[in-house]
Amino acid sequence: MIEIRLHGRGGMGTVKAAEVIVHARVAEGGYGNSIPFFGFERQGAPVTSFVRLDDKPIRPKTQVYEPNCVIVLDSTLRQAVDIFEGIRNEGILVINTPEAPEAIAAPDCIRTIATVDASELSFRMIGKAIPNTAMLGAFIKCTGWVSIDVVADRVAALWGDINAAIVREAYKSTRIFRRP
Amino acid sequence: MSQVEVFNGNLAAAHAARLSRPEVIAAYPITPQTPVVEYLTQFHADGLLDCQMTEAESEHGAMSILSGASLTGVRCYTATSSQGLALMYEPYFRASTLRLPIVMNIVNREMISPQTVWGGPQDSLTLRDAGWIQLYVEDNQEILDTTIQAFKIAEHPEVLLPVNVCYDGFYLSHMSERVELPTLAEVDGFLPPYSSRHIILDPDHPMAVDPLTNGRLLMGYRRKHMEAQAAALRVIEQVDSEYSDRFGRSWGGLVGEYCAQDADYLMISLGSVCGALRECVDEFRSRGLRVGLLKIRSLRPFPRERVIRALDGKKGFGVIDRNVSFGTNTGILYQEIRAALYSASKRYPAAAFIGGLGGEDLTLEIVERAIDATMASVDAGEVAEAATWLIRPEKRGNS
Repeated sequence: MIEIRLHGRGGMGTVKAAEVIVHARVAEGGYGNSIPFFGFERQGAPVTSFVRLDDKPIRPKTQVYEPNCVIVLDSTLRQAVDIFEGIRNEGILVINTPEAPEAIAAPDCIRTIATVDASELSFRMIGKAIPNTAMLGAFIKCTGWVSIDVVADRVAALWGDINAAIVREAYKSTRIFRRP
Repeated sequence: MSQVEVFNGNLAAAHAARLSRPEVIAAYPITPQTPVVEYLTQFHADGLLDCQMTEAESEHGAMSILSGASLTGVRCYTATSSQGLALMYEPYFRASTLRLPIVMNIVNREMISPQTVWGGPQDSLTLRDAGWIQLYVEDNQEILDTTIQAFKIAEHPEVLLPVNVCYDGFYLSHMSERVELPTLAEVDGFLPPYSSRHIILDPDHPMAVDPLTNGRLLMGYRRKHMEAQAAALRVIEQVDSEYSDRFGRSWGGLVGEYCAQDADYLMISLGSVCGALRECVDEFRSRGLRVGLLKIRSLRPFPRERVIRALDGKKGFGVIDRNVSFGTNTGILYQEIRAALYSASKRYPAAAFIGGLGGEDLTLEIVERAIDATMASVDAGEVAEAATWLIRPEKRGNS
């Protein structure tokens, strides 16, 4: 079973992005569940969502404490929350930032770092800094855990073709650094 | 052909309601049930749900509207949570004692105070003696399947009682997962239209309903109500098996069992924590420790005989309660299990746990700890008179 934790802020579509990952996995014949961390809903407040993916039904309906992968939709969250808490060895970090992945500070257990300027991309393409769809593209490029086509179709159905284009554009522009 | 979808628990409940063709829905929104009302309103606006849809002024109003509607012989549905259920208490009791087969999902939420909006079945468990049938479920597929079944149970001529299908707020209501969605035609084949014969307000055939009634007569009604609850023990199993024949999914009827047959230690609980319990049972089994799970699906009627049978041959048991029974030092389910076991042939060592209140997570780690503690106290032959509190160490979450 693969476990993922998403960090974002209210209004960024963090919970929705988690649901899209689960949709894609299920559409491909697998299993997944996503559970939002249940805080107070406020624009701009830190939001966490959890995803589990597997080839068989997923029984625990609990939060994720030891993720294989962390997706960070807003790099300023690094100052607000411990985004690396509980992360497993061979961990993966996917983060929204213009920085090169080699420049990102991360603990040793993180072996793969992917960066994409999701805010710039979404602002350029839809005039709003809603980074969730771009982050899905980056996540897929880095992990390959769900299919880009299935996710793009789902995103198109939810938020239109332009957002599906953002997924593909982000997929192309994501930079990946695998630590030696 | 059923379709594979990804639904959160609330959407699973809303689809189940839609597929059951209710003729009247009246509801008032409250966290975490709110999306159920939103989804149903959307279905109605989109022409997918042909019913009288009423946004009530309160939960008291919603259940009163449904009671009036049900008295005219139509199928009725609603959903609520916690404080909403508390506000509904007066018509809630009346709906069952008038024998109105209304179906209501309860999206379990902790009771205040202190102020909280998060999960916990204290709301519905506290009302277990108000005459409704109460079923508790573990995942989103079970929400959908059981809510459809609930109409058939409620409207069964030997039952004629309202039914709650209760599911954990947030951990299920806001959790998205794979759900198989049957078609309307498939559900039509399982669930025929409701036709009321026992009580109906019809100007062409006048009938006095609910006049001032003396105690002697009232006791007669209570006795029949008790008999209907007893009949439901059979009907719940029968409906589960009919559903399984048609849709290929059985949830066990009154209880669900996992690795229970040959277990030495039986863990007992209800609701979404049963998923974590299954996971932990496998882990203990992999170490050669014979642990099993008994999931209580029907709290009312209480499946006394199934519990006694499930415990037969076991060394003892542990109960995880996500609620409290004030004045007993334990949770409600522990009290229920102990009462049922008074007629068992053996006095079982037993451990009691309270945890996961107010949305606190019952993690795999915590559940494992409860199983370890159960084995230790069962081996020592103890019968708990007070619950052990399952509390996570400080500092975990980051929001």
